[in-house]
Amino acid sequence: MNLVSNIQSYSINFHENATIIRANQLNIFYSGKLVVENFSLQVPKNKITALIGPSGCGKSTVIRSFNRMNDIIPGFSLQGEIKYQGKNIYSSLEDPVRIRRQIGMVFQKPNPFPKSIYENVAFGARINKYQGNLDELVEYSLIQAALWDEVKDKLKESAYALSGGQQQRLCIARAIAISPDILLMDEPASALDPIATLKIEELMWELKEKYTIVVVTHNMQQASRVSDYTAFMSLDREKIDARVGVLIEFDETTKLFTNPKLKETEDYITGRFG
Amino acid sequence: MQIQNTLSKGKEIYKDNISSRNRAEKIFNILLLFSVLFGLLMLTVLLIDIAVEGFSWVRPELFENYHSRKPENAGMKSAIAGSLIVIGLTGLFSFPIGVGAAIYLEEYAPQNKLTGFINLNINNLAGVPSIVYGMLGLVVFGRMFDLFKEGSFLVEFLKIPIESGAIGGWNFNLFGLPWLEIHLPFGRSMVAGALTMTLLILPVVIIAAREAIRAVPPSIREGGYALGTTKWHVIKSLVLPIAFPGILTGMILSLSRAIGETAPLIIMGAFTYVPFLPKSVWDQFTVIPIQIYNWITLPQTEYRVHLAAAGILVLLLILFLMNGIAIYLRKKYEIKW
Amino acid sequence: MQTQNSKLSSFFSFTKDPKIRNFREKIIAISLFGCGVFSILVTIGIIVTLFSEAIAFFLRPEVDIVTFFTGTNWRPLASKISPDNFGVRPLIRGTMLIAVISGAIAIPLGLGSAIFLSEYASDKLRSVLKPLLELLAGIPTVVYGYFALSFITPILKQVLENSFGIKVSFFNAFSAAVVVGIMIIPMVASISEDAMRAVPRSLREGAYALGATRFEVSTKVVVPAALSGIISAFIIGISRAVGETMAVTIAAGATPRMTLNPLDSVQTMTSFIVQVSFGDAPAGSINGQSIFAVGATLFVMTFVMNIVSAVILKRFREVYD
Repeated sequence: MNLVSNIQSYSINFHENATIIRANQLNIFYSGKLVVENFSLQVPKNKITALIGPSGCGKSTVIRSFNRMNDIIPGFSLQGEIKYQGKNIYSSLEDPVRIRRQIGMVFQKPNPFPKSIYENVAFGARINKYQGNLDELVEYSLIQAALWDEVKDKLKESAYALSGGQQQRLCIARAIAISPDILLMDEPASALDPIATLKIEELMWELKEKYTIVVVTHNMQQASRVSDYTAFMSLDREKIDARVGVLIEFDETTKLFTNPKLKETEDYITGRFG
Repeated sequence: MQIQNTLSKGKEIYKDNISSRNRAEKIFNILLLFSVLFGLLMLTVLLIDIAVEGFSWVRPELFENYHSRKPENAGMKSAIAGSLIVIGLTGLFSFPIGVGAAIYLEEYAPQNKLTGFINLNINNLAGVPSIVYGMLGLVVFGRMFDLFKEGSFLVEFLKIPIESGAIGGWNFNLFGLPWLEIHLPFGRSMVAGALTMTLLILPVVIIAAREAIRAVPPSIREGGYALGTTKWHVIKSLVLPIAFPGILTGMILSLSRAIGETAPLIIMGAFTYVPFLPKSVWDQFTVIPIQIYNWITLPQTEYRVHLAAAGILVLLLILFLMNGIAIYLRKKYEIKW
Repeated sequence: MQTQNSKLSSFFSFTKDPKIRNFREKIIAISLFGCGVFSILVTIGIIVTLFSEAIAFFLRPEVDIVTFFTGTNWRPLASKISPDNFGVRPLIRGTMLIAVISGAIAIPLGLGSAIFLSEYASDKLRSVLKPLLELLAGIPTVVYGYFALSFITPILKQVLENSFGIKVSFFNAFSAAVVVGIMIIPMVASISEDAMRAVPRSLREGAYALGATRFEVSTKVVVPAALSGIISAFIIGISRAVGETMAVTIAAGATPRMTLNPLDSVQTMTSFIVQVSFGDAPAGSINGQSIFAVGATLFVMTFVMNIVSAVILKRFREVYD
């Protein structure tokens, strides 16, 4: 298979100390079929990086490979390396459990466990043998996720009693309760109404001080509102039937949206994609 | 703020416990594998045990002779005949009722409380212990509520000629045809046994037939209706032919459950010692599992261990054949929509 | 072409007269409806049969309904027929002894198998293991009885009696319970597995993303989320063990007694019914009727368990629909 692509792409580079994840020449396969090709990206520390692009271009596949979530999908395989803290997370020495513990994730649809609000937040702490005061941790995480005031009187109630937006913020609280370095967010607001979406976006701004955030979104306004950097992915035009995702352009969000380097990016952000 | 202080140290507060958790993971993995393999191991041991004890006793006498006082002569000819005839009759009885009920529930039944109740009821019947069906069969088919007993109200009132003796009750030929002989009550006959088995497997037959009918896509029915035919005609000429292999598979699997059933037929009154082949479906009978049970209860090792195991081998062989046919049918007629 | 034409014409070969056609349609619909409600008749038949004979039994002067449910002696064949000899509790004790032990075997093994099939096994491995496991449920119960008597009991005697000096009767509750446990493993496993597979994948992903191991995902998220379905599987498994007849009749003996020692010979409700049926007790005799009183008790017990299980399962399905 010819993996050398003639795709034109543009990417900015950072000093090693300024980045937290460096993905180098990833080729991702599902059941032997190439879905993402030659993907390289340097994620800057304590910034929000957005991953945008048309549906099916492999945004979720890429973000899910940052914490080895794809490992649980049968038939997944990956070439290339993803460096985190100087080590390749796909090296056989690395334990995916430890990596997921440090790189948290929030999903497209809110997925609280069928347990109480308290137990949802305490879940990660319990399995990871948290040594401190669990009540304080739950409170702190819920405050961080801007949910505390809404749920402080009903911590023992089922998480299913919350609204969709509240459930998603609960999932964020659950993720930050184990103090990860990075928070991966896979279209975290796509299932929510506009007001709940705004709350999540505000929350992301506040969380940026403590965490590095990578967010997948199909919503360009959202990307331009919340992110510092934006990576635009698309389908490889030379293999359009194979539907292989590639990185087209990665730049500061303001630059990418006002002055894209590549025609393909411009077409997409001005709505001329297709 | 107090909380903030503790949490800024959050990362140190977590203890690295991954190696111990991975150990738990491994132990759990072994336990799970053990629980799956335990059942399979037992199955293997069971089959080997039976083959070792019984294989050399599967010989012509087993099929040619009746039970005998000498183990080396003993066979189960009448039990094999009994099992095959009872199962055949059970298929004959349960097929129309089971398929009819399935067609009704899938194609005709309105969404109302009665239908909901029927569904609930069928699921419940599937969980009733088989022995209870034996008691039902005994009263309803075997004795027919003693309606045809000498001196009963019905007999006195209609002046029914009642015979006494082994096959007592009211015996007559329906429409005067010699092969349409009817005995009331059904007594300990194969008819009574097969009807009892029919009630027992009916829930399973209905559930299997419904699945087969449900697998026929609605577009087929719509296509039929679009040609302006009646409901029954669409079902008969379009739906049933497509669903038939699935229905047949379910039917065979249900019958293979019935052939191993022992308790209901014992309660219903099947005999343990039948030294003759049945001449009609109204004869007394025994079946393979009852013969096996009978041998297990005898004190001599030849019966208790070897002949019983030989009988089990024959029973398992029949079961194996029936399941094989069912799987073959399913594979052969599998339609992917 | 010829065959196609004849096929087409046969498709349209119903009678042209709409009156006759509608009449025929109606007759067919009514007879199908008859088949549909037949199952209700069967249930009514079971209830009427069991309870009318049971009531006839309780109305006998030799029997007392209170003593029946509280008495601890079951000696229906004793020469002296008195209410004291008709206490069903020993039979219930024997039944429950076997049900509890077989449950203690089948519940962990069935649940373990279910977790393995649902959370650990690849699709390919699962498609091999599941039918193999289902085979256990397809073996006739008389075969399990044989296995208990000719294989498990001798081993039990060898181990316990010869090595530890613990007395094991030739007919004992434990051997019977072991094989009953084995035969209900597939049922417990299959219903539990269905419940676990109904748990949305997003919940598993949520737990994995928090750094949970597969073990933690299975036991702390999937099993709790599927718990009502799993409990329903347990109940139905126990109900099956309560109604199990032949293996118990063959291996557990025919001694009604109030014992908790699984190495003793006991009698269950089902094996009593079989014992009397072989004795050819005439209809209307006290023994002929006693099996219906015992059968009715058995029916009510399993019926209640099945209903409870169905209700729990229905609630569970509503959560994830």
